[in-house]
Amino acid sequence: MRATVLVRPKAGILDPQGQAVESSLRQLGFAVGEARIGKVVDLVIDETDATAARAEVERMCAQLLANPLIESYEIELDEVDG
Amino acid sequence: MTSPQPRIGIVQFPGSNDDRDSAWALSALDAETVLVWHAETQLPDLDAVVLPGGFSYGDYLRCGAIARFSPAMAAVAAFAADGGLVLGTCNGFQILCEAGLLPGTFRPNESLAFVCRDVRVRVERTETPFTSRCEHGQELVIPVKNGEGRWFADEELADELESRKQIVLRYAEPVNGSVHDVAGLVNERGNVMGLMPHAEHAIDPLLGSADGALILASLVDAARARTLSLV
Repeated sequence: MRATVLVRPKAGILDPQGQAVESSLRQLGFAVGEARIGKVVDLVIDETDATAARAEVERMCAQLLANPLIESYEIELDEVDG
Repeated sequence: MTSPQPRIGIVQFPGSNDDRDSAWALSALDAETVLVWHAETQLPDLDAVVLPGGFSYGDYLRCGAIARFSPAMAAVAAFAADGGLVLGTCNGFQILCEAGLLPGTFRPNESLAFVCRDVRVRVERTETPFTSRCEHGQELVIPVKNGEGRWFADEELADELESRKQIVLRYAEPVNGSVHDVAGLVNERGNVMGLMPHAEHAIDPLLGSADGALILASLVDAARARTLSLV
């Protein structure tokens, strides 16, 4: 099974990278209100049961992939493309 | 009887780059230093541990996020839980935060720029094993060199740390946007300290400042006291 983890800076957390990209986009003439930069982690996992897979990826997020002080995350599972 | 040299271990992670500078500085301040490879599961007999600056594991994912899972860090956590003295500088501070041994975390500098210069920091507490040679309110000049040196905690946590007086050093000038101007803090017990400026780069006036020696010599004193108490 494949899983995708989206890690984002939480609302209210200063994101200097996002600000730099935002101002560059504006300089290029794009009407951008705000840009925030997060991370994507693509995973291939052995688990075939969706509930168990989600629980497994939740544990990965809690232990390593995201820092709960500053980041939120979303998990997407793709069961088809095993 | 001559006073014994305390043994201070310096953990080397892949990507550490201030390990030898730290060893050199601590040796100059009369400590015996031992380099400890990150893959070691046990620490040798030590009076204190230093986590040096650098870019452990390439700073991948988040600064310090990977290093905290190295075998040596489990031993460092146990050492700290036993009351052992631990000082983490720069990347070492980031690792201690990721490991949960110190509160808060780090974000990219507000300016987006890598900051590499001497900065002024103010001593807020002197009754710690890391600042006993300093005076309250004293301003020290010590260099920083970081891209993600902006210490962050939400207001609630920052206020808790203020009330418990865990903030030991504060920037006395704008540096990177750290919450409450935190440059150095200790855990609740006071035996683990994180320090963003590089004390090891400021122990000789020839290098611009010897103020960092006040911090490292405080640590050497405390580590020596520990040796004596065990004799």
